[in-house]
Amino acid sequence: DGYGLGRAATADEIAAWDLDVMPDGTGLPEGSGSVSDGEDLFVEHCAVCHGDFAEGVGNWPALAGGEGSLADEDPVKTVGSYWPYLSTAWDYVHRSMPYGNAQILSADETYAIVAYILYSNYIVEDDFVLTKDNFLDVEMPNADGFIVDDRETAEAHFWDAEPCTENCKDEVEITMRATVLDVTPQDDAEEAIADQAAAEEPAAEEAETQQAALDPELVAEGEKVFRKCQACHQVGEGAKNRVGPQLNGIVGASVGRIEDFRYSKPMAELGESGEVWTEDNLAAFLAKPRDFLKGTKMSFAGLRKEEDQAAVIEYLKSFEE
Amino acid sequence: EGDPLITEVQPWASGFGEGVDATPYGLPIRFESDVVRRNVEWLTADTISSINFTPIHALDGTITPQGCAFERHHSGAIELSKQDYRLMINGLVDTPLVFTYADLERFPRENHVYFCECAANTGMEWAGAQLNGAQFTHGMIHNMEYSGVPLRTLLEEAGLDPAGDLSDKWIYVEGADASSNGRSIPMDKALDDVLVAFKANGEALRKEHGYPVRLVVPGWEGNMWVKWLRRVEVMDGPVESREETSKYTDTLADGTSRKWTWEMDAKSVITSPSPQSPIPHGAGPLVITGLAWSGRGAIDRVDVSIDGGENWQTARLAKPGEAKALTRFYLDIEWDGSEMLLQSRAMDDTGYVQPTKEALREVRGENSIYHNNCIQTWLVTPNGEAENVEVS
Repeated sequence: DGYGLGRAATADEIAAWDLDVMPDGTGLPEGSGSVSDGEDLFVEHCAVCHGDFAEGVGNWPALAGGEGSLADEDPVKTVGSYWPYLSTAWDYVHRSMPYGNAQILSADETYAIVAYILYSNYIVEDDFVLTKDNFLDVEMPNADGFIVDDRETAEAHFWDAEPCTENCKDEVEITMRATVLDVTPQDDAEEAIADQAAAEEPAAEEAETQQAALDPELVAEGEKVFRKCQACHQVGEGAKNRVGPQLNGIVGASVGRIEDFRYSKPMAELGESGEVWTEDNLAAFLAKPRDFLKGTKMSFAGLRKEEDQAAVIEYLKSFEE
Repeated sequence: EGDPLITEVQPWASGFGEGVDATPYGLPIRFESDVVRRNVEWLTADTISSINFTPIHALDGTITPQGCAFERHHSGAIELSKQDYRLMINGLVDTPLVFTYADLERFPRENHVYFCECAANTGMEWAGAQLNGAQFTHGMIHNMEYSGVPLRTLLEEAGLDPAGDLSDKWIYVEGADASSNGRSIPMDKALDDVLVAFKANGEALRKEHGYPVRLVVPGWEGNMWVKWLRRVEVMDGPVESREETSKYTDTLADGTSRKWTWEMDAKSVITSPSPQSPIPHGAGPLVITGLAWSGRGAIDRVDVSIDGGENWQTARLAKPGEAKALTRFYLDIEWDGSEMLLQSRAMDDTGYVQPTKEALREVRGENSIYHNNCIQTWLVTPNGEAENVEVS
């Protein structure tokens, strides 16, 4: 009977890892959360990628909308239009979100965020409170939209066909060509390798002189806070523009400094006026982006704590242009 | 008179090459620096949750080197050491257990070669020919020799009785990364051939493939091959996690969606010539080669057409097909230098015949996203260049 390997898992260990929630509610902890609490939490933790109204930012997933679109040419699959079980949303938000900062949400916060996602999909009213007890009462619009894999019957003709080998068609015409679309990435692998080799040495030197002037503890603190930003912003070697511009050398640089990034109109105008990202400007922007610049595309709610703002700025200073 | 490379003494035939240890762990010679994974930036919002593609157009044989085998992460490739590794078996077992990496190495071990194909491989081609290269249309696949412990052994160690009635039981598997990427697997499969693997092609798994331990689910979609495997729970039913409801489900033309479409059906592609691997010579002897595979069994025949599917010839298999592993095929022809429309058609030992794009669309429409195993067409022009096209 067995090899006698491994050891018994403790109850606490199982509780720490066994978090999954099933469609019948098995695994849901006690708790509750309202749509209105959920809205605040959503703006703070989720809107940066999913938009204030769960509509999705850029290439990031929309969580709301798309109702009735599944048979269209381009279906919009959201929690409201597609997901068959509410348990899936609760489970995923609780265990795997926020992106880059997972497993920070309490049970109540998760109930609230899920309630807000339901509200964004017009599934519940604005005064709704989601709890463990009413969880199974929520009706998901696409609950009946799934069938179990039926390929072996619906596609049985792929099995019993005797493959034709001669004169299988009267004529063959080309009906579509990939080069017309022209969406294939161009091969720049060799170029990139050459660039990298050329860039390596001086970059390392600069980094050393730069870091001498910085507070390493504050930089480390800033790296942690920056997790909230990294879903949209990259820094460091090879940083590229994503939803937001890459931030190498941002401190002290001109506003709107990256030519090929599509800034919001107000941000572009601020840049044209000659404004610079001083530490004060950055702190004010980070505190409340939309108060600092009405109309900015940055949908981040802001860093309320001054020490967080300072830490992120110190962290950003450690990355040269 | 003659080729100076032959008639003159070349530097490499006179001086030294590098000594041993010049590269304690070797990389391909610099002349092969274009044989690398590539991604398609517009596909995803961020490389942290994204995919890249194996350069299948430049490889031969069947084993994929780990260094260029495609990667798919949902929350980035994490760094997890063997010392920090723990695997928990819990749920409906007699004794929930925790194993260390060292524990896993003490169980009897097996070796198997299997392909791992992302369910979305060729997914960008549903609505029409889109990406111009076998790497991009078919490169979400790799094929490695895995060493590991059958999951069945570990479940039995925790007191699961395989002789009991387990027909309605499932396992739920999850990874240690922030996405956890949990998936539900019916018990029949779990006890059949699922492997808890820690070596690939003889060496430790690479970080990007789940170091130190990943799940191998032969023949089934790659998303279920959970990396950084940390927990296996025996359950009464499926969890219906995000990765098996909102993703990895196949929406049909009428808006209903298939779920639990786990098996990867028989499929093949000509890897050369292809858009990234044009014919470098003119008319004369030409090697047409490609890969075929089936998640339901072994490949037992591959046909190749050079005229867009009007006539077919049976290709030569490099070795008899192995179940749930890649099979290499060759068709050696005397090319007359005229335009070709190259296609390949795989058949497996369950009698499945790889369908045309048209036949697949008739059943599934164009919004399936996943499980596109249609016949691929390359247009090869007299100058040897190739392009991804669709034909009537």
